Amino acid sequence: MTFFDQWITWLPQLSPGLTVSLSLTGLCLVFGMPFGLVLALMIEGKIVPLRIVALLFVEIGRGAPALVLLYLLYFGFPEGGIVLSAFTTAVISLSWTTGAYSSELFRAGLAAVPRGQREAATTSGLTGWPGFRYIILPQALRISTPPLASLAVTIFQTTSLAFVIAVPELMSKAYELGSYTFEYLGVFVLTSILYGAITVAALALVRLGERRLSRHL
Amino acid sequence: MIVQILSGVGNTLLITALSLVFGAALGLPLVAARRSSWRPLQLVASAYIDVVRAIPPITWLFLIYFGLPQYALKLNPITASIVGFSLIAAAYMAETYRAGLLSIPAGQWEAATALGMGFFSTTQHVITPQAFRVTLPAIAAYAIALLKDSALASTIGVHDITYQAGLVARSSHQGLLAFTIAGLLYIALSLPLALAARRVDKALRIKLEVA
Repeated sequence: MTFFDQWITWLPQLSPGLTVSLSLTGLCLVFGMPFGLVLALMIEGKIVPLRIVALLFVEIGRGAPALVLLYLLYFGFPEGGIVLSAFTTAVISLSWTTGAYSSELFRAGLAAVPRGQREAATTSGLTGWPGFRYIILPQALRISTPPLASLAVTIFQTTSLAFVIAVPELMSKAYELGSYTFEYLGVFVLTSILYGAITVAALALVRLGERRLSRHL
Repeated sequence: MIVQILSGVGNTLLITALSLVFGAALGLPLVAARRSSWRPLQLVASAYIDVVRAIPPITWLFLIYFGLPQYALKLNPITASIVGFSLIAAAYMAETYRAGLLSIPAGQWEAATALGMGFFSTTQHVITPQAFRVTLPAIAAYAIALLKDSALASTIGVHDITYQAGLVARSSHQGLLAFTIAGLLYIALSLPLALAARRVDKALRIKLEVA
């Protein structure tokens, strides 16, 4: 069997793993990004207890390795009497990571909106929440979108960590395949190509989207 | 428990420090190639940087640790992780250096040339000192990221902080506590790095303003 014949036979065995990796990525973005926005608003807000809680979430989420967070929840939930599947644990843990990193990007976006916008909103009678919701937030989100999209690509790569708690994602499938074919090198090269191809394609999309977004600036 | 987790600190720091040093050194020829005027060299360098960054670190480690022995290159876990993280760090460091070099105005090169300085003395005396100041915060940030990434070495059996915490968690049913300690330990280890970077950055800034 040539190299490529092998790869063709391996692909169907790896693809369910890739599906799990992608759905893990999707769920982490769906839960993690709004969580990040909420954290950013809590940190920027004026209620001190909320700020402290949000800062703790962000600093631990960014300061500790994602792998350690994953283990923390994996061992922590059952010890607290909460029994979750490995997949759910991975979604919660990686959403925390996503939230912590994205909150910083949301805050940078909020800080980048010129002061004059807020003043202009106030003079137009849009004070408080409406002013924030309709004037500041849309502009901040527009500024944060490109780095958030890059973060999404990073999160896709980070889902490979779920391997350690036996979520059947791409890395797990690759390791499994390697351990009974003993063709570790070939299997991991193919796995790298799968990760790499999706990352490169996603980054190209991000760049395209960025150009479209900045069309009217 | 704490003693056992602390016993992993040495390996965590060893992998982080050596990978950073090797990565910083390997990044130099890489950035030189990336900025070379010879197109094939430039393409190879940017392909390397893109490929390294497009693949998750854990996949690199597995490729090196499980894949290479097939061709008779058997590395122990520590060496394999240092090799892996050095190769990854080289790509990131090259990008950091490039950003630093790009921040130097072209006028600096022109001025040095007008003074009769050659390529190497310009690089050494004019460009590097300025680029260094710009890149330092980015290098410190990357060092912290590398410290956290080094936790992945535990997956190929390096006895680092994460590995030791895992042992404690499995034997004592106190995983929550063990990994909380591990997490705080990583944060504690990255703090001096962050503080040192801020101090050096401030000191260099003052020097720059005086000059």
